[in-house]
Amino acid sequence: METMSLEEAKNQVIEDFSLYDEWLDKYEYLIELGKNLDSYPQEARTDDRLIKGCQSRVWLDWQLKEGKIWFAADSDAIITKGIISLLISVYSGRTPQEIAADDFGFIEQIGLKENLSPTRANGLVSMIGTIKRVAAENL
Amino acid sequence: MHVEELRKCFPGLSQTVYGKPLVYFDNAATSMRPVQVIDKLSNLSLLKNSNIHRAVHALAAEATEEYERTREYVRAYLNAAGREEIVFTSGTTAAINLVAFCFGEAFIEEGDEIIVSEEEHHSNIVPWQMMCQRKGATLKVLPVDDEGHLRLDVLKGILTPRTKLLAVAQVSNTLGIENPIKEIVNICHSKNCLVLTDGAQGIVHTGIDVQDAGCDFYVFSGHKIYGATGTGVLYGKKELLEKMPPYMGGGEMIATVKFTGTTYAPLPGKFEAGTQNINAIPTLVPALEMAKQMSDNELVRYGKGISDYLYQALSSNSRIRLFGVPRGAEKKIPLFSFTVEGVHHEDLALILDKMGIAVRSGQMCAEPMMDRFGVTGMLRASLAPYNTMEEAESFIKSLEKAIDMLL
Repeated sequence: METMSLEEAKNQVIEDFSLYDEWLDKYEYLIELGKNLDSYPQEARTDDRLIKGCQSRVWLDWQLKEGKIWFAADSDAIITKGIISLLISVYSGRTPQEIAADDFGFIEQIGLKENLSPTRANGLVSMIGTIKRVAAENL
Repeated sequence: MHVEELRKCFPGLSQTVYGKPLVYFDNAATSMRPVQVIDKLSNLSLLKNSNIHRAVHALAAEATEEYERTREYVRAYLNAAGREEIVFTSGTTAAINLVAFCFGEAFIEEGDEIIVSEEEHHSNIVPWQMMCQRKGATLKVLPVDDEGHLRLDVLKGILTPRTKLLAVAQVSNTLGIENPIKEIVNICHSKNCLVLTDGAQGIVHTGIDVQDAGCDFYVFSGHKIYGATGTGVLYGKKELLEKMPPYMGGGEMIATVKFTGTTYAPLPGKFEAGTQNINAIPTLVPALEMAKQMSDNELVRYGKGISDYLYQALSSNSRIRLFGVPRGAEKKIPLFSFTVEGVHHEDLALILDKMGIAVRSGQMCAEPMMDRFGVTGMLRASLAPYNTMEEAESFIKSLEKAIDMLL
């Protein structure tokens, strides 16, 4: 399968989200994403991989292979897991330059932040911040 | 009184969220406010906003009268012996902090002990921890059993001649079971240990007669019993409050101020430094009046039916683990904390929210309770007499649907 460009991946998410009118259905979509996320290695469930600022626990691990960053993630809450899954499906396999240059604006477009509780929205900001930080460290 | 008639007093109840009728089951955190309370607050803010106790003009006199009439009303509501025993605070937390600090200053020596129960809200743990640290005292814990009952059988064993005070909830905000305060007080007093009762939940569903219960301090918040936020009450026995130094210094709490030394106002002014929440405190009168009206037979019977239905529905579901299981004739307030096997409490709360149902999720400000039961958080549905059977049924149906979505 041909890999999608970052732009294409973001448009795909926007399109998927537009299929549902009700937020309950969008949650259902996130739950499915969470359930289908690749299993995360137990030994990587360490405190240094926890994203700070999330109410539920979210682990983010990454590897640099052939100039691209590959993310793996997990959470003990399934909707949160769906959100981080959505993020890494877009940003995994990109170069640090691509990620660093991105504005993450598609998150605003799908209205995710406004439909989360303030504490979860903060968690989302922390997840984005961590992905950006990883990219910046690898520039 | 019919529940629909009662609901008319609470405009907040008849609104929709995300296009769905709101089911407000987070009453243990903050209750809805009746129009009588809103009217009192707005009337005082609009027309009687004047500082109390000081000026001689008409508005100040009216504001003072409102404030002091509230004190008398609260005194009668709690059946305290005198108005000097009623101190207004910004809430339960402020009241406990006041006692922990001032009681500590007056009575606690290095090596003394304080007991808190394992089921306490953080507000009835942390102020005591801070005081113990400051004074070199020891904080001991009265444990809770697997069903959520205080282990009164071990209480006598942990009370020593050095134990100066036990701080315990009348009803825990996670378990919802009424503790036998009178019995606890008797045990403690027989060992010369005083008792502070956190009535934040208890005042709403059980009420209190402080003289009959015998507790030395009793505290509660206005906002959980239909009053305005930023209002709270500390009841303390006069002879104790008199021996305790002031908490904060400033206006109102003084008798005379000289650079050579200051003398303090008599009770209760000694503990009410600075301008109080003068527009909000008087809302305690219509708020407590509302609570009295809710003890109407028809409403109580109706509420009991809802409580029984929810208890039955939640405890008979094998996927649900309910915390705080009442024994025999024990009273459980309409407060149900639970976890669902394989489902994160936050996910559930988020989905229920989109279905229009407001519940609390997380640690309930009682992290030691979460640790005790080995969970990272719980979901809590807490009801008030204005909640209906239809809402309870909708909650159970939505909960089942949400669980199915998540599993």
